[in-house]
Amino acid sequence: MQNVEEFEDFEERKGSWLTGGRAALILVVLALVISAFFVEDWHQLISIATKPDNIPIVALIPLVIFFTWLGMKQARANDELAEHLQADPQLAKTHHRKTQPWRPGWARELHVWPYLIRIEFLAAIIVTVILYVWSITLNAPLEEPANPNLTMNPSKAPWYFLGLQEMLVYFDPWIAGVVMPSLLIVGLMVFPYVDSNPLGNGYYSWRQRRFAVSMFLWGFFMWIALIIIGTFIRGPGWIWFWPGQRWDHNAVVYDRNRDLHEIFGITSMPGKLVFGALVVGGFYFVGGLFFHWLMKRSRFKFRYLFHPREFLHWAKTSDEFESKILARTSILQYLTFQFFAITVLLAFPIKLILRLVFTIKYVWVTPWFNI
Amino acid sequence: MEPERPDGPDVKTEEGQSKATALIEKAREQGLALRDRAKKEFEGYKDPQQTQLWKSIFRVSHDRSDPRNRSLAVLSNVFLHLHPAKINRDATRYSFTWGMGGITFYLFIVLTFTGVLLMYYYHPVKGAAFRDILYLEHDVPFGKLLRNMHRWAAHLMIITTWLHMFRVVLTGSYKRPREFNWCVGVVLLVLTMLLSFTGYLLPDDQLGFWAVTVGTNMARATPIFGHEGPFGPQLGMTPYNDVRFGLLGGSIVDANALLRSYIWHCIGIPLVASIFMAVHFWRIRKDGGISGPAPVMLESEMKALKK
Ligand code: HEM
Repeated sequence: MQNVEEFEDFEERKGSWLTGGRAALILVVLALVISAFFVEDWHQLISIATKPDNIPIVALIPLVIFFTWLGMKQARANDELAEHLQADPQLAKTHHRKTQPWRPGWARELHVWPYLIRIEFLAAIIVTVILYVWSITLNAPLEEPANPNLTMNPSKAPWYFLGLQEMLVYFDPWIAGVVMPSLLIVGLMVFPYVDSNPLGNGYYSWRQRRFAVSMFLWGFFMWIALIIIGTFIRGPGWIWFWPGQRWDHNAVVYDRNRDLHEIFGITSMPGKLVFGALVVGGFYFVGGLFFHWLMKRSRFKFRYLFHPREFLHWAKTSDEFESKILARTSILQYLTFQFFAITVLLAFPIKLILRLVFTIKYVWVTPWFNI
Repeated sequence: MEPERPDGPDVKTEEGQSKATALIEKAREQGLALRDRAKKEFEGYKDPQQTQLWKSIFRVSHDRSDPRNRSLAVLSNVFLHLHPAKINRDATRYSFTWGMGGITFYLFIVLTFTGVLLMYYYHPVKGAAFRDILYLEHDVPFGKLLRNMHRWAAHLMIITTWLHMFRVVLTGSYKRPREFNWCVGVVLLVLTMLLSFTGYLLPDDQLGFWAVTVGTNMARATPIFGHEGPFGPQLGMTPYNDVRFGLLGGSIVDANALLRSYIWHCIGIPLVASIFMAVHFWRIRKDGGISGPAPVMLESEMKALKK
């Protein structure tokens, strides 16, 4: 720990306008502007985006961005308050410990009637107005009568299930359609039970709960990203068309996909079986190490990307607070978390990259199932 | 206004005449008394809260000066008594809950209402189903609006459910003692999506048909219970007895699937979802109400683990 002082001066370099968030925003805007030049078929892009059944997903994107911002803004205010109070124990004893205004003599509780009922009423009116406007301006779709002999192409699930349909590309149906959804449900249910951090109960906070919040965001954003892929990118034959690329209804993609063992020239069944088991086992091992490393990191700063020495230091030192939280975690909590994190959060993007970038179909082939 | 007094001259009159005058006098007096009573009673009606009818319905007056009345207004009302009488002053801000749970519930009510109206026009029968939708769109007064509202409210409810869950994560509200209510919420999340999905088939058009075909084809591959899933065939699963057959009431998406979808959509899932919502709301109260905005806890105050 003696090299901590050596890096202390880095903390001073505050005030740069280029924060991580802003840099990301600039990159996104830049990427959008540049990609606009590559759109060859605006008409198709717009017709997808304005299809009445796709309006909810188009609306969901700004909504998620807005509410992430709204939550993070409050988290930041609370974090600053906590830091302030931490530094001033005397104040911590007397302060009401909220960012909301407070004066001595104010009642801590309000009557539900009328103070809550009236805003509920207002919310109901606003939602009703939105629904009326939406329903008057946009008609629910109605296609031709159902016809089993005329396949719809592409035949898409409703947008909220497109994540599962997209998973079908990367996994066999029993995993994508049955195992993954079950794991998602159970994984969500165990979430409160594996989070051993007692802080941040009932207020927005980022610094006190970085790991838990980022794990949820990872899953949540991944789910939304899959829906966006399913809505805007998948065309006829479930082929990958970039947004704005003209759908080619006759496109055929030659199945260039290989299994991982083929790359290593393994042909015998026992060989494949053992090889696949080793690969999957190795993946769980490395994945476990990765999450173990990740959960002890301190806050990542954007500038680490440009300062390898600082990055290395960040990567090597475990954070004191996060280590304290880890020490409170029971072995069962830890293993449960690791299982879901590796199986859902990590396996999925890895498989996606293997398939889309390296055109690898299965990593483990057995006579009974393929993964 | 005093009626004019017939001031008779001071002349001796006949017996009968004086009797009649007395009678008239008496009647007049009674009439006046009745008028006064009516006047007084009418004054009372000016304040409806004092009427027997009002009191029998609402039990409490809305006299604002009495805080007890405000509490009673909530506690003695079956719809409002979901709420406590008082809440954390900061919890009434939209910025904390975003109102998302409440909006989700409101949308569920809107969907129930519009859904029941739609049921009056819909037959879950092949052929008739599609025609009923056309009928709704073109002939039923406000039928199109009704259908649109039902559909968009359903989509909106999915979005608000996700955002509600998102808020609960960001505020750490799933933490002790609310872990179980979070699980109830996860069940509600799944039910909400299933509700929407089962409704998708009902217009019996290409969109719904193929979405449900794709969706239920996955069920073929269920391990053990599907005829194409791992270990399924070995355990005797065929297209005619596996889990997909059970969902569709057949081996293809057809009349039975339509009926099953309809019943799950209109009766089965709403019933289960209502029960879970009742539990969800009950638990919010039992867990001490909304979790915050709670006072910020400090790192230094983290209690040592009880071993
Ligand atoms: C049909 C869906 C749902 C309805 C109608 C519903 C309704 C509500 C309502 C009205 C509240 C009060 C606070 C607020 O408005 O935010 C609430 C709180 C809560 N909900 Fe839900 N909810 C639903 C789904 C969910 C889901 C999907 C989750 C989580 C996975 C969840 C977890 C919770 C928790 C933990 C609380 C307590 C929050 C606190 O104390 O701050 N609910 N819910």
